[in-house]
This record gives sequence, structure tokens and C-alpha cells, in this order.
Amino acid sequence: MSTAIKSLARHQHWLALLVVGVVLLLVPFVAALGGQAWVRIANFAILYVFLALGLNIVVGYAGLLDLGYVAFYAVGAYTYALLASPHFAIHLPFWVILPLGAGLACVFGVLLGAPTLKLRGDYLAIVTLGFGEIIRIFMNNLNAPVNITNGAQGITLIDPIRIGGFSLSQSSTFLGVTLSGPQKYYFLLVGLAILVIVINIRLQDSRIGRAWQAIREDEVAAKACGINTRNIKLLAFAMGASFGGIAGGVFSAMQGFVSPESFSLMESITILAMVVLGGMGHIPGVILGAVLLTGLPEALRYGIEPLQKMVFGRLLIDPESLRMLVFGLALVLVMRFRPAGLWPSPQRRRELSESTD
Amino acid sequence: MSAQQVLLEAHAVAKHFGGVKALHDVSLTIRRGEIYGLIGPNGAGKTTFFNCLTGLYKNESGHFVFDGARLAADAPHKAAEVGIARTFQNIRLFGNMTAIENVMVGRHLRTRAGVLGAITRNASTRAEEAAIARRAEELLHYVGIHERAHDYAKNLSYGDQRRLEIARALATEPKLLALDEPAAGMNGTETDALRVLVEGICRDGVTVLLIEHDVKLVMGLCGRVAVLDYGEKICEDVPAVVQRDPRVIEAYLGGSLA
Ligand SMILES: Nc1ncnc2c1ncn2[C@@H]1O[C@H](COP(=O)(O)OP(=O)(O)OP(=O)(O)O)[C@@H](O)[C@H]1O
Ligand SMILES: [Mg+2]
Repeated sequence: MSTAIKSLARHQHWLALLVVGVVLLLVPFVAALGGQAWVRIANFAILYVFLALGLNIVVGYAGLLDLGYVAFYAVGAYTYALLASPHFAIHLPFWVILPLGAGLACVFGVLLGAPTLKLRGDYLAIVTLGFGEIIRIFMNNLNAPVNITNGAQGITLIDPIRIGGFSLSQSSTFLGVTLSGPQKYYFLLVGLAILVIVINIRLQDSRIGRAWQAIREDEVAAKACGINTRNIKLLAFAMGASFGGIAGGVFSAMQGFVSPESFSLMESITILAMVVLGGMGHIPGVILGAVLLTGLPEALRYGIEPLQKMVFGRLLIDPESLRMLVFGLALVLVMRFRPAGLWPSPQRRRELSESTD
Repeated sequence: MSAQQVLLEAHAVAKHFGGVKALHDVSLTIRRGEIYGLIGPNGAGKTTFFNCLTGLYKNESGHFVFDGARLAADAPHKAAEVGIARTFQNIRLFGNMTAIENVMVGRHLRTRAGVLGAITRNASTRAEEAAIARRAEELLHYVGIHERAHDYAKNLSYGDQRRLEIARALATEPKLLALDEPAAGMNGTETDALRVLVEGICRDGVTVLLIEHDVKLVMGLCGRVAVLDYGEKICEDVPAVVQRDPRVIEAYLGGSLA
């Protein structure tokens, strides 16, 4: 009896994976029915899943409040842009630049982390916030006396990811199925997202993962257990930053254009909101948060305008401001009624229910 | 006493908090294999001594020599590495981790797996993880709370939490185990069980440094006892002598030691 239930449970596990796989496979084709714009939205949703899970290591696992995460995203994006565009007339292949961008972001992560890790909570948040802004301002102003970043105009005509003659930005046909550029990026992004999910899962139940959790729980006790808290925290920072760097590189290649505007404080806050809203430290929650926070505003953007025209016959409220309003309201409601996030880990729910009792 | 026999020497350790002299040139010597008691009235500086020893506080002057080498000040993880483990007066467990996970954290120091191992889950990492879990289980057995292995630390009873802290400390493979009031808040039966446990730990080759207010427990367990009063060591001897020392009796104002 019980073995039957167990084998059923095991099959359910595989069944669920199969369903998720099929859905992931269908998304770009279903989205394409509404136009390539929807495929791009799906791509951004997955890119944000990747970013949010990178930040989850820093915030969710190690408990370090990082408000400058977008700086690492920017470092990755500009590394790619500068080394694969007509700007310097350098065109290195992606398999050189993506790791290079990740490495550089990692170095920046350590540079930021080393002097700040004695700070806690709010203080760390302020310093990282400042760091994020500094990087953005650098990107904005490094166009004189030597033009490195091309300032606010940004860098254009960035090479797509290309393997030999096969470019991810043009459509091509395999086995009778035609894939557009965005659809091909979609599959690349899904691959990357799966990779970061596996890494997150495996880190969680590991010697390092336990050390992070111990530091989050009680730093003094963790030290007394022989954990070099500074190094272990730095490791979280460096890993999160590397993921940010990779995401930035893919972003550059996919868009073909980067400018400092894409790396504002708002972006950092959005990524953090994905982690917190979904359920800090809980992988399915973070994925849900990222997908919702990317998809919802877009759905609102495309939904509000026709809706207003239908109801009032004309545009009453600027869709952009209404979108932010609905978005903000949704955030407030979630935090009010589900403070541990939409889909928290059982453990996190317990922590929070204790502290509010 | 030969150098071989000495495990820890404190040399004129001093620590001040503003105007408060929490420790005033405290020197003492702990021998391998003994149970050494550290007693004194409230606020005498016992916990401060532990905190300096384990690197949580930085002492203003003086130093420690442990196992023949000078201890780096201000580096708790290094103290653990050379073999000093401790428990805390106000229990400090990882509350939202299970009992066994708490002990597994204690194994951090003596294991190697890094990020790459964790991600690839290669054979050596898997073997190490299994060994960590096995050792943690053994230690939970050793302190007698293995039935609680998968309970969250914060849900354990007070006595079990104190035992779990000891198990976690033992997981770091210490040469010296420093216990800060392990019997505080325990009833008679629990205290008796604790005595047996501490004796066992000592028999298994770990030297014990014990802060305790329960005089009966200290006098029964310890080979030698030092008494702190207002940050100064006023006496150090076998329990029978300490109990009759007039300075000690005065420090306790004719209290329970008299
Ligand atoms: N972090 C600190 N900041 C300021 N003063 C401190 C600090 N820690 C300890 N003290 C002071 O140092 C003195 C010694 O304190 P300590 O905690 O070492 O005493 P104790 O012997 O452990 O006492 P008890 O038996 O109550 O635990 C006290 O006067 C205490 O107020
Ligand atoms: Mg004390």
C-alpha cells in the first residue's frame, strides 16, 4: 500500500517536470501568436528569473541586503557591449566575453563586499545602493576625455550571440519549424535559467549553504563554530555578482543596445522585490516573483489602454502611470497579507510568523 | 609542570569596558585532560574571559598560549580552528535549523567542500556530506538527544538546547571545551545527566573549562577551580581548599560556599 503511494508520488514528480517542460517548450510559440513582442516579454521574464535567483544567493541565503545588484548586471552588459560592437571595432566571440563579464562582475562584487561586510542590514543596503549608482554614473560619464562608454547615448549595434555562421538574432528553420531570433534567445535563456536553478538547489543543501544559513541565524555562533564569516559572505557576494554579469552579457546581445538608463536604482529594487515578493530563499517563490513582476506590468500596459477605450470611449489616465499605480498597490497588498512572500519556504514562513506573534 | 601537560596559559589578560575593569591581569594555566572550574559572583568577568579566549572580544593587554602557540586575538574562527570550542551562557543555536543541521554546521571547520563541489556533487563531496551527517548523528547520540534530530532547535526543551550546543561544539573536534553555565535553568535530574556527560567528554580526551554557579556541580566535577571577583583572580586551587579560602568566602559574602 505505502509503496504504491510512494511510487505514485515519485511518478507525480516526473509528471510535474514533464508538464513544466512541455509548457516551457510551447511558451515561445503561443506567445508568438500575439506577436514577437510577447516572445520578448517572455525572454525578459526568464532573464529576470536568472537575475533574481542570482540575487537570491546574496539576499535569501546569506541574508545580505544588497540594493546595488544592478551594478553587476551593468558591468556584464558593458563588458559585452564594448568587446562585441563597432564602438571599439572589437568583435570577440560570446564564449570569451560572457565568462569575462562574469569574472569582472565577480571582481567588482569582491571589491564592494570586502570593505562593507562588517556592516549589517540597513547600513549595508545604503552602501550597496550608493555603489549601484556610482557604476551607473560612471557609465554615463566615461565618454570624455576618452570615449569609453559613449555616455548617455549608450552603445549600439552590439553583436548578437553567434556560433560560427549561426546567429541567434535571425530566424532560421530546423526540421520544418521556423524559429525567430527572440524565440532562439528564449531557449538559450531557459537553458541558463535551468542552470542557475540547479546551482541554487545544490548550494542550499551543502556545506556552504549551511554556513550561509548559520550566519543568517546567528553570526556570533557561526564564528564560534569556526566559520570564517567574512570569506563566506564574500563568496555569496561574488557568486551573486557573477550571475548578474552573465545576465548583463545576454541582455546586451539580445537587445543589441545598452545605455546607462537600463541600470537605474529602480532596476535593483525591482529585482529585490521579485525575491522578496516571491518568497526569499525559496526557489519556486523567487521564480514566481520574477515572472509575475515582469509579466504583470506588461499585461497591464497592453490591457489598460484598450480597456479604457472600451469603457470610457477614450484614454482617461495615462496607461504608464496607472500601470505603476496598480503595480505598487499589488506590492503593498502582498506584503500586507503575505509578509513571507507569495510562495515562501515553510521555514521562512515560520520565522516570520514567530516574530509577528 | 612540563610543557607537555599544559594546554592553555592565560598571561595577564585584561579587558575594560569604559571604566569597568571586567578582567584585570588574569593569569591561569589549564592542564590537558582536566576539568577546570571558573567561578565567581555575578559580573565577576567569567563570560568576558571566555569571550577574550574565543576571540569575540579583543583584550587590551595580555595574551593566551594554547597548545604551545600564541592565540591570534580577535579571530573567533581561528580559535575554533586550533581547538577551542564553546557554548554560550544565553544559548545561541541556529533556531530555524534542525538539531542535526546545527551539529552539521559544527563540522564546517573540519570539512572541505566548496562551491564547485556543491554544484557538481562529485563523489568526494557526496562522501564528505555523508560523513558529516553520520558524525552529526553520532554526536546527537553522544549527548543523548538523537530522537530530536529533526526538530527545529528553537523547539527543543531548555535542557536539550544546552546539550545540542555541546554537541555542536564537539563537532569542531576541540581540544578544549569551554562551557558557560551549562546547568543554568536545569532541574536536578538534568543536572545529574549533565555531570555524567561532562565526565564522559573529559574521559574521551577533551579538556573542559567550566563556568558554573551550581557550586555542588563545580566542586564535584572539577579538579581545580579559579575564583574571579571584580575581574581579578583571587584564588586557584583544588575545590576543597577554594571552599575554605577566606577571600572567596568574603567575595560571596558568606553565601553558599561558606
Ligand atoms: N559587552 C559589554 N559591554 C559593556 N560591559 C560589559 C560587556 N560585557 C560585560 N560587561 C561588563 O563586564 C563585567 C563582567 O561581565 P561578565 O559577563 O563577564 O560577568 P560574569 O562573571 O559572566 O557574570 P554572570 O555570572 O552574571 O554571567 C560586568 O560588569 C559587565 O557589566
Ligand atoms: Mg557570565
